[in-house]
Amino acid sequence: MTAADPIVRLEEVRRTYRMGDTELHALAGVSLDFFPGEYIAIMGPSGCGKSTLLNLLGCLDQPSSGRYLLGGEDVSLLEDDALSQIRGARLGFIFQSYNLIQQLTVVENIEVPLFYQGVPEHKCREASIQLAEKVGLGQRLYHRPNELSGGQQQRVGIARALVNDPLVILADEPTGNLDSHSGTEILRMMDDLHAQGKTIIMVTHDPAIGKHAQRLVRLRDGVVESDERR
Amino acid sequence: MSAGNAWQSHAPVALSPARLRRIMMLGFKSLWMHRLRSGLTILGIVFGVCSVIAMLAVGEGASYEAQEQIRKLGSNNIILRSIKPINQDRPSQARQWVLEYGLTYLDLQKIRETIPGVTIVMPSRIVRDQVWNGVNRMDATIVGTVDWYPETRQLNLLQGRYFTPVEMEARSNVCVLTTKAVETLFPLSAPLGGKVRVGSDYYDVIGVIETESTGAAQSTGQGSGKAATAAPDIYIPLSAARHRFGEILVNRSSGSFEATRVELHEAYVRVDDQKDVEETALIIEEILKRDRRKTDFEIIVPLELLRQAERTKQIFNIVLGAIAAISLLVGGIGIMNIMLASVTERTREIGIRRALGARRRDIILQFLIETVILSGTGGLVGVAIGILIPVVITMFADMRTIVTPWAPILAFSISGMIGVVFGIYPALRAADMDPVQALRHE
Repeated sequence: MTAADPIVRLEEVRRTYRMGDTELHALAGVSLDFFPGEYIAIMGPSGCGKSTLLNLLGCLDQPSSGRYLLGGEDVSLLEDDALSQIRGARLGFIFQSYNLIQQLTVVENIEVPLFYQGVPEHKCREASIQLAEKVGLGQRLYHRPNELSGGQQQRVGIARALVNDPLVILADEPTGNLDSHSGTEILRMMDDLHAQGKTIIMVTHDPAIGKHAQRLVRLRDGVVESDERR
Repeated sequence: MSAGNAWQSHAPVALSPARLRRIMMLGFKSLWMHRLRSGLTILGIVFGVCSVIAMLAVGEGASYEAQEQIRKLGSNNIILRSIKPINQDRPSQARQWVLEYGLTYLDLQKIRETIPGVTIVMPSRIVRDQVWNGVNRMDATIVGTVDWYPETRQLNLLQGRYFTPVEMEARSNVCVLTTKAVETLFPLSAPLGGKVRVGSDYYDVIGVIETESTGAAQSTGQGSGKAATAAPDIYIPLSAARHRFGEILVNRSSGSFEATRVELHEAYVRVDDQKDVEETALIIEEILKRDRRKTDFEIIVPLELLRQAERTKQIFNIVLGAIAAISLLVGGIGIMNIMLASVTERTREIGIRRALGARRRDIILQFLIETVILSGTGGLVGVAIGILIPVVITMFADMRTIVTPWAPILAFSISGMIGVVFGIYPALRAADMDPVQALRHE
């Protein structure tokens, strides 16, 4: 796979929900190519299909029709177990509400994806501690989420998204629950990741945050309205 | 393009002991988050398991006690007892009237002579009278019997000796007291070498013997005569009893009086081979019935009683098993209830885990292990308490209890099984959640 090959390719992807008798087209034929090292922001008003697209990209949901190629392989028809495997091995998730597991410590939260990959305990621990230090939580390795500030929790989320060295990092409004100071901090970290060559797809509704990205995809009513590179 | 076969070719995550240990640690952490709830849930299983063990121990002890009592009667023995015949109309005209019934010396002689394989025949006469030592008085059951009585009844002599054949022959006034009689008659002094008075006769105390337990025979023997079943207090030689008390016994009670003539109240027949016990009992019955118009005796076969006790024990065990099953079922339902609540409450966590790569089976395993931890912990605590309870019962209620080794093992493995059985449904519910919905759950 060369740098020119897309890391994510969507071909005429549709996602239709049935609501009783009516059909709701959350995505009505989306075709997009994302390339390695890109920092993409997906924007649009609520109800435009952002979340649906992110769920599809995150292999949490499957398209009703069309194809989704991740790293050159068609994942649109895979079974549940295989999708879990892909999520754990190839994708990193950063959520708006951090989504840390409350009963686990910082280190344990970071190593969850590795745990489901069957990585031995000491290797998990090693990688997890290393990442926690990298995001500046070296002093809080054994704290629980409720002992951390929002910014700190989101840094744990970022470390967790990085621990399995994913092909793509998917971020869903990563600063949505943070004050502006912590938000800026998190965005700076995302910029750093981009600088290190990570592929990031971020969903947001805030144009100011969208500006951090190098490519901006606007969605409206389930179709791509605009796709600009800067 | 080969539809993503590369993903499936990933080696599936094997369930190694190390991995199982990590999942268990995870389970402990999640349960520890809700200590009170987990503790209360465990309590249901604890009660179930410990009541199973305690009930089995009490049941086992009671049946052992019953069997022990029957065994003391001797499984090779046949017990013959005189009983007052029913419908014995008292002729209203007769002024002097003596009720005559029961076993005779002749009967025993016949049994001994005609039936092969019968070695020891142990007759006894039972008289109720007052026994005195100075001012200490006791309404005692006096048994006139033979010198091999303790041996046949498997009674332990605690002090002194039993009477000898010579004393039997000589109708000596000697007696052996039970511990119960010693307590009443010799509360302060040593019984050996003392004398007790019955009527106008004095008897030398030559020995002390353990008190007989007649409970089992009493409860299972049908329609036994009054005198025949009271536990003996004093033993004297049969010859002496015959000589001192005569053949006719007068029983004065509540204004009326009743004279009975009974040669022997009780006799033990020992059969050499246990196989022949039941058959011999039938033959004896035939022989005794031949000379009688009315049935004035009963035959008790301890071996039969023993079998009966075993059957009773089986039924007892089935009933206990059912109660145990129900109590554990209730505990199991409690666990399922809590786990269902827990699954709903942790929907978000399930979504997170699924997003981070957990397969359905990982979620199933996680919740199943949590349930098994709950029921297993309950089982362990229950076993510990369940073993303790019988000890306490024995200490305070003076009841024999026996904890058989399989009872805790059985109870514990059932509790473990309950964890699996009642854990499966909540675990499946957890695993079948749509990750997208689960992540959105508040």
